[in-house]
Amino acid sequence: MVEVQQVVKCYGPKTVLRDVSLAVKPGTMTSFIGPNGAGKSTLLSIMSRLIPADSGHVLLDGRTLASYDSRELARRISVLRQANHIQLRLTVRELVSFGRFPYSQGRLGPEDWEAVDRALAGMGLLDIQNKYLDELSGGQRQRAFIAMVVAQETDYIFLDEPLNNIDMRHSVQIMKLLRGLVEESGRAVVVVMHDVNLAAHYSDRIVALKEGGVAYDGPARDIMEPETLKDVFDLDVTVGEIQSCRVCVYFR
Amino acid sequence: MRAKAAVAPPAVASSDRVRLVGLAGGAAVLIALFMVVQAAGMWDYVLPRRAVKVGAIALAGASIAVSTVIFQSITTNRILTPAIMGLDRLYMLIQTATVYFLGSAHPLVSQSRLNFLLCTGAMGLFSLFVYRMFLGRRQANVYVMLLIGVVFGTLFDSLSSFLLVLIDPNEFLVVQSRMFASFNRVTSQLFWPASAAALAVMAYVARFMKYLDVLALGRDHAINLGVDYPKVVRQLLVAVFILVAVSTALVGPVTFLGLIVANLAYELLDTYRRVPLMAAAVFISIIALVGGQLVVERVFVFSTPLPVIINFAGGILFLYLLFKERSAW
Repeated sequence: MVEVQQVVKCYGPKTVLRDVSLAVKPGTMTSFIGPNGAGKSTLLSIMSRLIPADSGHVLLDGRTLASYDSRELARRISVLRQANHIQLRLTVRELVSFGRFPYSQGRLGPEDWEAVDRALAGMGLLDIQNKYLDELSGGQRQRAFIAMVVAQETDYIFLDEPLNNIDMRHSVQIMKLLRGLVEESGRAVVVVMHDVNLAAHYSDRIVALKEGGVAYDGPARDIMEPETLKDVFDLDVTVGEIQSCRVCVYFR
Repeated sequence: MRAKAAVAPPAVASSDRVRLVGLAGGAAVLIALFMVVQAAGMWDYVLPRRAVKVGAIALAGASIAVSTVIFQSITTNRILTPAIMGLDRLYMLIQTATVYFLGSAHPLVSQSRLNFLLCTGAMGLFSLFVYRMFLGRRQANVYVMLLIGVVFGTLFDSLSSFLLVLIDPNEFLVVQSRMFASFNRVTSQLFWPASAAALAVMAYVARFMKYLDVLALGRDHAINLGVDYPKVVRQLLVAVFILVAVSTALVGPVTFLGLIVANLAYELLDTYRRVPLMAAAVFISIIALVGGQLVVERVFVFSTPLPVIINFAGGILFLYLLFKERSAW
């Protein structure tokens, strides 16, 4: 279990997170939603040790993240941030093979390559696996980065807007794959999402952040209420049901 | 197209292996040539002296190549060199200031061993200062440190320019001879302590070599993949500082060479892996310096200093790389 306890984060005079506490259990998929600047990405980065909290703690199975060995932690928690520019000229397969670094330290064995193949297949990248990243579209590149994190085979996967630049078909494919990781392997997936409808359909739980605090936290279906969403996003929305799937229309 | 599952490809492709062996062979042949050409049968006299000289050249070349590849991995940028940290400008400032204030006859200027100690000491203190100010913090930020390096480098540069304007023209010539790297003043007195320091540092950082590929992905990916980022970056930067300081104090400023040899290595080998790239850069560096020195001594008969040749050839090469890469950017 990853527990966030009373985390506070400020950038200069601006408080980005004020006293946030929550816990993520294995075998669940959680979505962070909220307007821009609500602190979603900051919370995700703190939970995945990319940035330190000003005060408060993040615990993994009862121990603070800082008390873990870096390499051991990289086999338990993986994270992908929004902007992924890399300077190296790598093929998709080479990039995904980096996901095995916490296990292999750069010398990949047969089981590492099997994991790479599984991740490539899962993200539908096998036919472009030998292409260089700079030859790909933004969406294909994003899928390659997600595949790297998938190949890392961690218990906890944190993704910051994984569906950025990704078309509808591949969005669904990625969400299904993440859902499969949750249901079949008991992983915990935490995503920052802007598409409330996709978040509601695929997540078990939605955490709505607003102005640096948790505004709502509950089962995905319960968050999909007009008053709740109106409060979070300051926007009039209509929520309907199509084929027993709650859909929010916010663009009228 | 699909690669066979569960077959681990070799760490270094065979075509790259051939190129690496070729580079190593080229470096070995040039070193051998340097030792024996025009020896005129005076082996007892010539060999030990040339061995020290070629050793110093190889050491400086290797230090520059290793430190540049490490530095470029940390900064994820292939057109930066450790020169941006301002160490060679500090070296120039020390040379200028000692000549200006103490005169060229002072032992700190004229005795190479004292001068070497002074330079390494000052550069070591400066490195320590940067370390304490910026790298000792928990949130080590490489870009802040680069900026500080640029600012201090400019400061050192302006101070030496100022002193050079005031200096006596005869004394200026003494300073000028130190502005360019030169392998002609290396003695065995300097060579042994310098090589001991550089080799110790290289042996120490060998354990971090596996992290270089991951570091080159950038901070966030490196942390995600289990690198203790602040600690590893700190130790690597200290190693870069020491290597640059030693090679600069030994032969003078040659960091531009690092830019050239690192980029040549990236062009020559078809891999992203830093360890073979670093090896290639070391060999290219030795080939350029030993070959260049051979040409300087035997063809130009010392009329043209080696750095001039290297900067000229390297500058053209670098422009070529920039124009070639322009389409990719």
